[in-house]
Order: sequence, then structure tokens, then C-alpha cells
Amino acid sequence: MPQLLERSQVLLVKLVLLAPVCLLLLTIAGMVWRTTSPAEPAVAVPQPIPFSHKHHVGDDGIDCRYCHTSVETSASAGMPSTGICLTCHSQLFRDAPALAPLHESMRSGKPIQWNRVYDLPDFVFFNHSIHVNKGVACVSCHGRVDQMPVLMRQQALDMQWCLGCHRDPSRRVVPLDHVTAMRTMPVLTKAERDHLLRLLQLEDPQRLTDCSSCHR
Amino acid sequence: MKRPAVIFPTLPAADPVADPARRRVLKLMAASAALAGTGCSQPPAEKILPYVNMPEGLVPGDPVYYASTLLRGGLGMGILVETESGRPIKIEGNSAHPASLGAADAQAQAAILTLWDPGRSRTVMHAGRLSTFPALQEGLRRRMDEEARRGGEGLRLLSGPVSSPTLLAQIGEVLERWPGARWHVHDPSDSGARASAARQVFGRPARAVYRLERARVVLSVDADLFGPGADGVCNAQGFMQARKGSPRARLYALESTPGLPGALADARRTLSPAQMEAALHAIGLRLGVPGLAPLPPAAPHRAAWLDRLCGQLRAARGACVVAPGHSVSRRAHLLAWRINAHLGNIGHTVIPIAQEMPPRRDAGRPSDEGPATASHPATLGELVDEMRAGKVETLIMLDVNPAYDAPGELDFSQALSQVGCSVHMGLYRDETALLSSWHVPKAHELESWGDARSHDGTASVVQPVIAPIYGGRSLHELLGMLATGTSGSAHERVRATWRSIWEEVAGKPASAGAGRPIGQSGAQDDNAAGFESWWQATLRRGVLAGGPAAQALSPLPDAFEEEGGLAKDKEASGQAGLIAVFANDSNLIAGEYADNAWLQELPRPYSKIVWDNAALISPATARLHGLESGDVVSLAAEDSPSRLLAPVWIMPGQADGVVTLPLGYGRSIAGSASPGHGFDAYVLQPVEHGMPRRTRRVGMRAAGERHDFACAQPQKALHGRKPVRTVQVRRRPEDAPDVALDAAVSHAGARAARSGPGDQPSLYPDRRYDGYAWGMTVDLDACIGCNACAIACQAENNIPVVGPREVALGREMHWMRIDLYRPEDEGRAQFQPMACQHCENAPCEVVCPVGATMHDSEGLNVQVYNRCVGTRFCSNNCPYKVRHFNFFQYAATDPAAAAHANPDVTVRQRGVMEKCTYCVQRISHARIQAQKEDRRIRDGEVVTACQATCPTNAIVFGDLNDPDSLVSRSKASTRNYTVLEELNTRPRTSYLARVDDPAAQLEEDDG
Repeated sequence: MPQLLERSQVLLVKLVLLAPVCLLLLTIAGMVWRTTSPAEPAVAVPQPIPFSHKHHVGDDGIDCRYCHTSVETSASAGMPSTGICLTCHSQLFRDAPALAPLHESMRSGKPIQWNRVYDLPDFVFFNHSIHVNKGVACVSCHGRVDQMPVLMRQQALDMQWCLGCHRDPSRRVVPLDHVTAMRTMPVLTKAERDHLLRLLQLEDPQRLTDCSSCHR
Repeated sequence: MKRPAVIFPTLPAADPVADPARRRVLKLMAASAALAGTGCSQPPAEKILPYVNMPEGLVPGDPVYYASTLLRGGLGMGILVETESGRPIKIEGNSAHPASLGAADAQAQAAILTLWDPGRSRTVMHAGRLSTFPALQEGLRRRMDEEARRGGEGLRLLSGPVSSPTLLAQIGEVLERWPGARWHVHDPSDSGARASAARQVFGRPARAVYRLERARVVLSVDADLFGPGADGVCNAQGFMQARKGSPRARLYALESTPGLPGALADARRTLSPAQMEAALHAIGLRLGVPGLAPLPPAAPHRAAWLDRLCGQLRAARGACVVAPGHSVSRRAHLLAWRINAHLGNIGHTVIPIAQEMPPRRDAGRPSDEGPATASHPATLGELVDEMRAGKVETLIMLDVNPAYDAPGELDFSQALSQVGCSVHMGLYRDETALLSSWHVPKAHELESWGDARSHDGTASVVQPVIAPIYGGRSLHELLGMLATGTSGSAHERVRATWRSIWEEVAGKPASAGAGRPIGQSGAQDDNAAGFESWWQATLRRGVLAGGPAAQALSPLPDAFEEEGGLAKDKEASGQAGLIAVFANDSNLIAGEYADNAWLQELPRPYSKIVWDNAALISPATARLHGLESGDVVSLAAEDSPSRLLAPVWIMPGQADGVVTLPLGYGRSIAGSASPGHGFDAYVLQPVEHGMPRRTRRVGMRAAGERHDFACAQPQKALHGRKPVRTVQVRRRPEDAPDVALDAAVSHAGARAARSGPGDQPSLYPDRRYDGYAWGMTVDLDACIGCNACAIACQAENNIPVVGPREVALGREMHWMRIDLYRPEDEGRAQFQPMACQHCENAPCEVVCPVGATMHDSEGLNVQVYNRCVGTRFCSNNCPYKVRHFNFFQYAATDPAAAAHANPDVTVRQRGVMEKCTYCVQRISHARIQAQKEDRRIRDGEVVTACQATCPTNAIVFGDLNDPDSLVSRSKASTRNYTVLEELNTRPRTSYLARVDDPAAQLEEDDG
């Protein structure tokens, strides 16, 4: 029986057969990339007022809780109302053009529209108060905001990262008076750490990694 | 066991989308492949909007609760409204309010949806064109000046029933200023029979307040005792209290169509309304009520059950209740009053109180004295007569829709065309709005200030929790505009009323504001401060504390002298052809909730029909006429040309020769949810004493058409299974009648019910629950089937509405459904609330290929929406069928839906499975609170949404690891059992069996 296809045709057939395999591999690679590549951290988000955490926290030494009032009591840390900003800025830098939206907000009664930097998916329910009350420091998620002229997201906020702490919180918690401190934690001795864990009464890691801890 | 050939005969064929052609499949595949490659980007950018000035004490992210009041038939039902960042999202009962006692019914729960309904009216309309409030004000001012010249001869007010002290005062002012004016009241959900009987007995409009917690025997005569009226929750709670007491209270129900009391009753008899009247007469005779004519010998009521019933009533003299309902005649209501009076119930278990009337200032005597004063409201019938006679120039309609819900015999729409100027105020641009010269959008109760009195006369404040979303005004503002020409503030008006109430309550001299300028003396400042602090406390409580009790009435001495003729023998013996009974729908009542999609999709307790009403007939009547469920019939009255086409539904337990026509459907226009569903039974409704009559003799013949109902539970037979168990009170003759219930039941399945863990071998992994172990019990003896829990769950958990077509395909989304079972022997109907059972050996978990349904360390069977890929294996493997799949994008995404969604619960998207979570958001909330305080969650700290709203406390939830918790003690009951326990799924939800009291039966074969 003579050869049915010429050499070039055979190549073509091979290539055609190879194409789906390549496509499949590419799809798998794409999916792997999609699922593993984190949302981009360290992205600066433009804001209506160029607010500098570096200046307020680093230079002026204002505590986190002065503006984020409900961080210890509620799921939401709370964004400062126009009134809170104006406690100082009714006196300081009154005429700075950068603060025009602030005064406009007070005049018109319309809130300032800040752009969200830390955005969790809507099926995740994060509660600030329980983290802060159980020794999770602000810096562990938000980084050294006292060094950020423009606030940037420090973490990718993917589930793996959350679980890293939920699986073994004992190594990451700090004494409660260090929670809002803008510095890396001093190294604790074993006795100090045991004492701290007794004080904090953390839940069992099994419980902390239950789906229902964060998803409802 | 005999199995039927077809289990789901009414399930329709699959829809075309599920059975597409091959080309369509290929197209869809190509399109989805193309889409999959695009749109992969970062999540959408979001804004954060902080307050400009943060309200003091507010914690962002934490809900704030306000006490307010919802109106039902003009009467107040106290509620607490949960608001999240200023948005009202959920309603709970107010334990300080006598009509709520901490619970709320389905309609109250669903009020949130009405509040946010984008279909509500938004603008003033004049002669069919858009108009404005200033134009309305100017138009009204001119009109009222004209009326003033005529002394108000042509001015008429038409409202629903009113209990609000402020509104009554305002109506009084209008009547005073325009002496020729008259006030008419129209309540489509009430019957003329009840009102005119009460008026005859007490010489004035009055209503009965039942104190069922004091009752030992209750006889319901077609009464809506347990809802959906304003006293339903209170009655249910009261009766359950009596039933749990000793001796166990007994309930007997005479019903023309299955109602909630019938399922709970110790014995239930099916009678037509005329037969009920005759039965009441017979009861009266047997009990020796004086002055009753002897029954004609042909009367059928010589039955033995009547003797036993009378024996029970006689034994509970002074502690029994005879409660007549809407369907029975005026004479039956009179008979009930006489029997109650004869048995000494009046003032103890039946408390007649005066209906609220406008205060009268002229004569200087108390407002509510003497019969039929000028300020007593007149009826709708009188109004229509005057409209026909051309005497009505200006008609103000306050939150009523008579063009739809007036009895068809009155032909209100035609009469309305003869009125020069008609002003309609309502939540919707409804039938009446279209026919009126002016339409004014009304603010919802949760958007405006007001007040109300509860069924027992307790005053409470209607407090707004949000500014009018669609720009409506309150009735107080409209009446203020009418009386003064300017739109006053409802807040000020209500405060003024309550100031006078305060002066009455606190015994302060009524000198404040009596001529002297404010602030002149120190005493006045004290007065103002005293009122302010009292007002703030009242607002927080929601209810007037320590107010004067409602005036209790006693029957006039000659009340019972007039004796109407007996019901015709023919009618009483049930051979009078067909009687139509116009009944309040269990969800929409008389149509005022027609635009509420939650209530539309809530299955009716017995028929389980959604989005529709049906002419209910008994199986025997159906056989007689050769009808099947879904056959359309033509109903016509003998003495009227109007005809009604209605599909029938065969209802076991319905009285033969009675066709029940639920009101509230067949809307032609209104908001978004109601038009196009069901039939309008008002067309056939007759009038009695100017008020709607509830029965009419009709002829029925098949129209030769078919109608497809959407039924949420097509199969109601038990097929030999026992999902609902019943235990009997074991009582030897020598036993005292008050043996404690749990000790006295002889439980057939007691062995299985308390089988400990690990009793049966299982392939499921053995789990330990060291922390909390959440569990629930549902007391089936306390469940009245009122559906409140289903709507509470829907509101709490952002459960979408799917529409009738999807329900017909079995795709309803209610996490909590109330199953109905009818034993084959035509025994009592049995309700069973059914949600996810949270099995310890959960069949759903092992089949999920992606780990989207998981077991947590506290025994919750959790559903992880973001993992779910929609294989539906879990639903197929669930023996309880409590998992619900989002076949389409059911969750509404419009701004109004987003605004009232619970922010603590994920809104599920298409392709995701969902089910009851035991309100995990509430558990989380309590857990975080407890963790912050370094303690365990206390018993009773986690209250699920269904549990919170249950009027009879049938649902108990808590930690099973705590032996002292309420739920642990409840599970220790001998009545405790789990459904399908032979599967060894070990559900965390268990049920407490119903209790049968053989001694309470009326016949030997009843049990």
C-alpha cells in the first residue's frame, strides 16, 4: 500500500494533533497562574486628599485609635469622620489647598469618598476587634504605615496568608499594649510567651481554621 | 407498604432552558470559553464613605435597634428594628409590647421588604399627571375654603380602622372645624357581622380581647385566633402558656376551611358557617343560656360531640373562651357573646374593650361615653350611598384602597366618579389612586412619626428609623395640611399628643402651654425636662409604661333582647347548595401585602400554593361537581349579575358545600409583585349593614379551562412514614388531671430517640466536639404553623425570591420550610418546620468533590459558597431535602435589595448551593463578644432568627455540651426524636413529638 500522506502533510497532521495538547497545557498553566498569583500588593491608591500616614503616625505620633475609633469594639475599624479630621485641621493647615475637600465636606454635609485600599472579597467576614483584642498587631497586616507617605497594601490578602496565622497564632501574637505600636515585636522568652498565651486565651487552631470562622 | 404510582403528579415538565438544542449548547460553550478568558482582573474598586459628623455612641459595623410599631388593621404591633449604618434591615419583636411579647409574625417580618419596595409610589399625582406637594397644598387649601363655606357638608373622610391617638385627635379636629363633615371607616379584613354584634351588645364599637393564658378550654368558631391579625402573636403565646400549664388547656375548632387553630385543636369539626351558628345555638341551649328559642326538631345538632363540648365548657366556667371568626353571621357573634357572658368569661378570659374614638371637646364630657355620637365612624356603605346621591364633594381617602377592596356589590369605582375632588393617600399608586383626582404617596410606618394602640389598648409610638425613601408623607401631615393649610411636622404633632398622655399618666397639672409663655416659671422648666426624659424613655421602650388600662366594657342590660330569626333550617343542615366564604388570605390578609414578594412566595399553611389564590372546595364537593384541582369554575351569585372565574383547589378538611375564596388577589395595578396573580374575590362580595359580608350563596359550574398552580409541597401524604410523631398523655382514671406532661407521655419510639452517640455502627469519621456543640429542638406540640420563622429566616439570611414558575419546578429557596402532613385517616394536619438538620454524619459532606460543604469543630454543617461549583451532589444525597440551589441569578442586585440585605451574610450568586447555617453570623457575633470578655458564650446568647420570632417559643437553640442549657434540657425530654433516624445521620436538630390528649377528644373515634 502506497504512502497516503506526504511528509509535509504528516507534519501538518502532527501539528494539528499537537495543538489541543498545547491548548490544554496552556489552560492548565493559566489556571495555576490565576489561582496562585496573588492580588498585587504594594499598590498605591490615589485618594481625594493626599493623606500621609507617615506624617500623622510617624512624625506626629498619633495613635491608630484616635482616628480608627471602633477598631477595638467592632468588625469595622472605622474611618475618621470629617469631624475627627477637623479637630486638628480647624486650626492647623487651615488654608492648605490639599485640605479643600475636607472643608467642602463639612460645608456641604457630604462625606469624603476615600478609595478602599484593603478590600476583602464579600464572602469573607473579617472582624477587627477580635484580632486587636487577641494580640494581633496592626503592623502584622497593615505594615509600617508610619513609614508610608501614601498608604499601600502590604499583603495580598489571600486565604493562604490568613491561614498561616490561623493555623499557628501563638507565634504571631503580641502583648496587648504592643498592638498599635509601630515597631517590630521584641523577641519574647519562652516563659513570657507562655504567659502571654495564657492571658490571651486563644481558640484552638482547629476552631480557628473552621470555614465558619470567616465564611458565612 | 403501599406506594403510589406517581409520587409527584403535579410536578411540571422541565423548562426549555434545561433541555436546549445541540447547536445552542455549542454556542453557549463557545461563549463561556470566550468569556472565561476575559474579565480576569482585580476586584472592582470600592469607596469608603465615613460620616461627616459621627452620631454619638454609634459604632460603625454594629447594628442599632429602635423600638417602633407596625400597624395591622389600625392596631399597633410593637417591634424592634435593626438598622445597619442607618439602613433598616431586620425586624424583631418587642418584648415590652403586649401584641408582640418579643415575637413577630410573618407580615411584620416582611415589612422590611415593603419599606424598600422600589414599586412604591414616589410622587404626588393630580388628574393622572405628575404634581408636587406645594401644588397639593394649594389645591387642598382652596378646596377646604370652599368646604368651609358650606360648613363641610360635602366633606368626607374615609380611613381604615384607626387606633392612633394622634390621628383620632386630628380627625376630631377636622370634624369639629367642618361640622357637616363625616368620617367613614372601611376595613376589608373585618366583617360587618362582628362589628355590628359588638355594637349591639355594648352600645358602641367594641372588640374582644382574649386572655388565652387564663383559659382552660377554648372554642374557636372559624376564628383566625393565631393570626394574621394584630392579636395573633399574643393569642398564640397566651394559649401555649395555658397548654403547657396544668391542667393542659384544650382547644376545639369548628372550621369551614382548615385554619391554624384546627391543626392545634384537640378536636376539630368541619361545619359550614350556618351550621356553626346552629351549633352555637345548640351549645347555648345546652348550657342554659336564658332567652334562647328552642331549636327546631329538624336541626342536626343533637350530636354527642356537642354534649361533650358543653361538658368541657361548663367545667371550665369562667376560664373558657368562645371565639367566633369572620365567616359566621352576626347572630353567631351575638350567641358567642351570650355564651361567654353566661359562662362568666367576660372580664376574665374575654375582655371587651371600647374601640378608640376621636376625642370630643365640645360637651366637656369624656370622649367615649354614650352610644353613637357624631364622631363615631360611619360605614363604607353609607358613604357610597351619599356619593351616589351627589352629596359628597370632597373625599379624603387615608391609606385605603376601596376601588379594589370594597365589596363588588357597592361598585365603589362608579360611585367615586361622582365625587368632585377625591384625594387618595397610600403606599402604592393602586386602583383607587388611578381613579382619584389627587394621589399622595404615603410614608411607611418605619419612615414617619405616629402612634397606635394595641389590640388591648396599650399605646405605643411609631418611630421612624429612616427618612422617607421615596419621598412620602404621613397621614398626620396630610390631615395637618387639611386642617391648617400648612404641612406641619408629624413629630411635633405626635409629641403634643404624648405630652397630654404624659400629663395624664404622671398626674401633672395640664397647665403647660395654657397661655403662659414657656420658661416663665421654674416649674415649667421642670415640666419640660420631665416630659423630655419621660419621652426619651418611652421611645426607647416603644410602649407607654403604666398607662391607663383600656376601658373594659360590660354588656348593656338589654343587649340580648332582640333575637333574630334562626338560620334557615335548609342552610343549617348543609343542603343549601354552595356557600361562598370570603376569607382573609393567610399571607396577604385582604390585599394590603399583595406587593410583598416574600409573602407572595410564602406557601399557604395548608394548600402550600404560592403567588396565587384558589377557590377551596372539599373532596366531596369536587366529586359532586366533577372537578379536579386546577379546574377553573365560574362562580355567580343568584341575585347579582357579577361572575367570577376562579380555579379550584381540593382541600381535605374543607366543609362540604362551602367554597372558600381568599381575598387579596387579582390586582389589576399596584406595585411590582401583585398584578397578574390570582382572582379578585371582592367582585362577588356582598354588603351587610354597610360593611363587607363574609358569606354568600353562589352557583358554581366548570368553565372548561385549566390553571396551573405553583405548589411548594405537592405531596402531603405520609406513605406510612413517621416524620411527625405523636405521643399520648397516659392517664389512668385515678390520675389527677394535672400530671406533668413529660412524665405522662408514653413514647412509642422512646428507645430510639435517646440512643447515645456511637450506638449504631457508622463509616463516617468519629468526631469529638470539645468546645461548643450547637443543637436545636423544635417542639411540634407548640408549632402552630404560622410561617413567621420562614420569613424571619428569609430576612436574616438574604434569601432570594424565585417566582411561581421556579417554585413549580421545586426550586424554592426557603431555608426554613414548614412541611404539612395529612394522615391518611383524615386526622389532624401536622406542621413540621424543616431546615438543615446539621447531621453529625452528614451525607452531603462526603459527596462534595470540592470540599464546599464541611463539618466544623462545633458540629455545624457549613456551606462555603466561594468553593461551591454547583454539582448539586450534596442536594441529591440529602435525605431531608433542605439544600437549595441558585439555578439562576435569583439574588436581586438593585440598590433597594442591596440596601436591606443583611451585611453579615453573603449574597449568593448563580450556581451556588445554600442552606440553613444555624444563623452562623449570630453565633460568630456572640463568640467574638464572649472571646473579648474571656468567657464562654452564655446559654441564650445565640438566638437564631427563627427562634427569635417564634410566637410560641417552639424553637430552642443552644450548646449541647452545656448540660444546663435550655436545649440540653429540651433534648432530655421523652418526646425528643430525630427525623429519619434509621439513616443514622444523627441530626443536631431534633423534634419534640406532638401530644395527644385522649381525654380531650369529643368522640371515641376522634383519637
